[in-house]
Amino acid sequence: MSIHLYNIGKHFGATRALEPINLDIHEGELVGLLGPSGSGKTTLLRIIAGLENADRAREPGKILFGKCDVTNVHVRDRRIGFVFQHYALFRHMTVYDNVAFGLTVMPRKRRPSSSGIRSRVFRLLEMVKLEHLANRYPAQLSGGQQQRVSLARALAVEPDVLLLDEPFGALDAKVRQELRRWLRHLHDELNFTSVFVTHDQEEALELSDRVVVMSDGRIEQIDSPETLYRVPKNRFVFEFLGDVNHLEGRVQDGVLTCGDARLNVDLPNGHEELLLRPHEVRLAEAPSIESHLPVTITAISPVGAEVRVELQADWLAKPWLATVRHADFERLALCRGLRLYAHPRQWHRFKDKNSTAEIAARAA
Amino acid sequence: MSLAALSTRRIAAGQKRVLPGFGLSMGISVLFISLVLLLPMTGLFGQLAELSLAEYWAIVTEGRVVASYMVTIGAAAVAAMVNAIFGLLLAWVLVRYEFPGKRLLDALMDLPFALPTAVAGITLATLYASSGWMGSILEPLGFQVAYTWVGIALAMAFTSIPFVVRTVQPVLEDMPNEVDEAAMSLGARDGVAFRRVIIPHLWPAIVTGTGLAFVRSLGEFGAIIFIAGNTPYETEITALMIFVKLQEYDYAGASAIASVVLFVSLTLLLAINIWQGRFIRRLHGGKG
Amino acid sequence: MRRIGDAPAVRRVLIGAAVVLSALFLLLPLVAIFAQAFSQGVGVFWGNVSNTYTLHAIALTLGVALFTIPICLVFGVALAWLVTRFSFPGRRLLQTLIDIPFAVSPVVAGLIYLLLYGRNGWVGTWLDSYDIQLMFAWPGILMVTVFVTCPFVARELIPLMQAQGSREEEAAVTLGARGWTLFRRVTLPNIRWALLYGVILTNARAVGEFGAVSVVSGAIRGKTNTLPLHLEQLYQDYNTVGAFASASLLALIALLTLAAKASLEWRASRREAFI
Repeated sequence: MSIHLYNIGKHFGATRALEPINLDIHEGELVGLLGPSGSGKTTLLRIIAGLENADRAREPGKILFGKCDVTNVHVRDRRIGFVFQHYALFRHMTVYDNVAFGLTVMPRKRRPSSSGIRSRVFRLLEMVKLEHLANRYPAQLSGGQQQRVSLARALAVEPDVLLLDEPFGALDAKVRQELRRWLRHLHDELNFTSVFVTHDQEEALELSDRVVVMSDGRIEQIDSPETLYRVPKNRFVFEFLGDVNHLEGRVQDGVLTCGDARLNVDLPNGHEELLLRPHEVRLAEAPSIESHLPVTITAISPVGAEVRVELQADWLAKPWLATVRHADFERLALCRGLRLYAHPRQWHRFKDKNSTAEIAARAA
Repeated sequence: MSLAALSTRRIAAGQKRVLPGFGLSMGISVLFISLVLLLPMTGLFGQLAELSLAEYWAIVTEGRVVASYMVTIGAAAVAAMVNAIFGLLLAWVLVRYEFPGKRLLDALMDLPFALPTAVAGITLATLYASSGWMGSILEPLGFQVAYTWVGIALAMAFTSIPFVVRTVQPVLEDMPNEVDEAAMSLGARDGVAFRRVIIPHLWPAIVTGTGLAFVRSLGEFGAIIFIAGNTPYETEITALMIFVKLQEYDYAGASAIASVVLFVSLTLLLAINIWQGRFIRRLHGGKG
Repeated sequence: MRRIGDAPAVRRVLIGAAVVLSALFLLLPLVAIFAQAFSQGVGVFWGNVSNTYTLHAIALTLGVALFTIPICLVFGVALAWLVTRFSFPGRRLLQTLIDIPFAVSPVVAGLIYLLLYGRNGWVGTWLDSYDIQLMFAWPGILMVTVFVTCPFVARELIPLMQAQGSREEEAAVTLGARGWTLFRRVTLPNIRWALLYGVILTNARAVGEFGAVSVVSGAIRGKTNTLPLHLEQLYQDYNTVGAFASASLLALIALLTLAAKASLEWRASRREAFI
């Protein structure tokens, strides 16, 4: 079932939580709503679910599920599954009763027989690998198990749309990783439309077909993870999606200077700020004609596929971060206190906060 | 049922709330509060309206009535103070120490709320009368309790014991051990640490509990009249004055005095609520 | 772990003081009630309790409590649901208003009812023309009892329901649960102990209310005398043993209330430890 939002906005008292926005989510898609806290992502999810009402502006907003207008349909009739941030399991019911709840409260006409309920609940518990814990109470389960119960409970009523609010927020890194993979798998298998909220870029990029980046009640960009990372529409998206190094200075006759650092740029005269990703910084023992950016290594973290190096210099307000391949790390014999020169492979420039990026690449 | 069918069964715009029962619970609550709590107040105002300002003033400042204010306020203040100290001691002992019989002691603290006031009244009067268990010990020593204002204060203290204990107890329970440890690691001796660290922490709870005990004591009737002796100008409480006026079918007089009592107790209640709200905001920030 | 006031001497003195003072102040009166009631033997006690007037007072008292409880229960649950599950202008005002009965002196509470529904009050006059008399009859006793007891259930439920939040109810709604089902299957199991405790407190207060009832009842023996009023009359008639026989019945209810509270709290603390 596809989801279409037109002109959906929300105020809480005098504070604006959501600017009127439009959003289309295709059938079978897995979409992540990504943004810092207070960006309106949870509000948006709750409006889709029907747990909040959108503002009744002069041009009232509309929510469609498929071709059907659900704007005024109560949450209990929207056929959604909602997974709450802290699971919201019924404390006084066993795992089995939690999962069965949605089936047992159906109007008698639609309610499956008790043996039908039983077999469906066990099928779901099997799917979330919890059939052996059916008689436990939520308090006796680990966080990851509780999360799986809450997913099974939401799926029991066979929703057209699955909505998840920070589904993995309260779990430790390893369990998160596992559950993420498992959710992706489940989504592909059952093929419902899913929307989830997260503040973790890595999670959003890894899990989603498309990511909706939000800030301050606005949608900043909607794109696939690759596009988002490679072609950020504005500075907010760029900065939110990963580590960023800043280079600020004055441009005079095609040369940007800042203290004793300088870089040849093809830009008009004036104040400029350039942004670089850590992997766009190359380290070398000597400066070049193009750039003279002397730096000192202040910290090294050799964990993972690449070595993360922290760089400091008089001309830098905030230290830079560079990622170096292990081979280069050994070749250059990097160590703390070593003085080197940084060479931008490529940099990004945003004229103001909301304008699109200008990218300048150069041969590394 | 299909979604399309449902969307035709729309709920009227503006009435859609996620959880059910708003209208029903609002209806019941407002109806009940209006009928049970607010409507009867109109009877009082109706009665008061029949009095001129001069008549009203004469009734509420009559010598015997003023004497009853003094007795009531004085005894309630003493009772509240006694309770502040006793309540703090009991809360401290119940939270900080383990000893046999602790659960029994804890349960006993609620006795004054559970025991009907008239029962408390005749029991205290019997105990402290000159032939009673306590009276026969105290009177030879020169302490006259029954039929004096001491007896009134005693009865008030008895009925309001739980207020201080039960407001201080949870605050003390929630006080992290680190506070003690920090105070001691900074070199404070027990007495100093208690005065400088623990008392300030408990202060809002002590004030709230004492305030509630005071308000309760001002209005107490059943527990007091048996032990008070009810001598005009000396041991008559204001609640009794109202009762006496009523038995004389002087409804106007009873209403005038009642309006004073009502005004004072509602003002105090509001003050305590506001003070508590401020305190909660200070501790938890933002919303109170 | 060392804490302030852990020195053995301090400990012993404080515990000793607390126990002695509580025994003198609280336990002694309790013992005195039963000692007085049985001071002339079980036979006299039984005679006092099974006396017609006492039996009638017991019946009236329990009858009033029996009507009061469901009224307060419905109101308490409705108000707690309203103020903890919805936000609307006037929410705080409602919460303050229900504290009125705690602050109002029982005598004043009785008086305002008498003024409105008595012969001189505007509602009373109107009712009188239909020959309905509420004051100095059991409906009046019931009305003031409801007034003084109505905050108890709400007061127990509101903090608990506020702390629990509405996440479980929201989850139930997304799963399709409606009105009564939602309350019965999701909310009620979480609040049942607080609800029970609220009922017990309501009962204790309803059974024991004296000041307000004494204003509106007229205290006609065998007709509008509740147990507390009955024991007052006996006491004023210098029938101390008879008064304490009735008092011991009320004290027994008080003790049962305390026991119920202690066991409910014990239950709650065990549940907490378990979770």
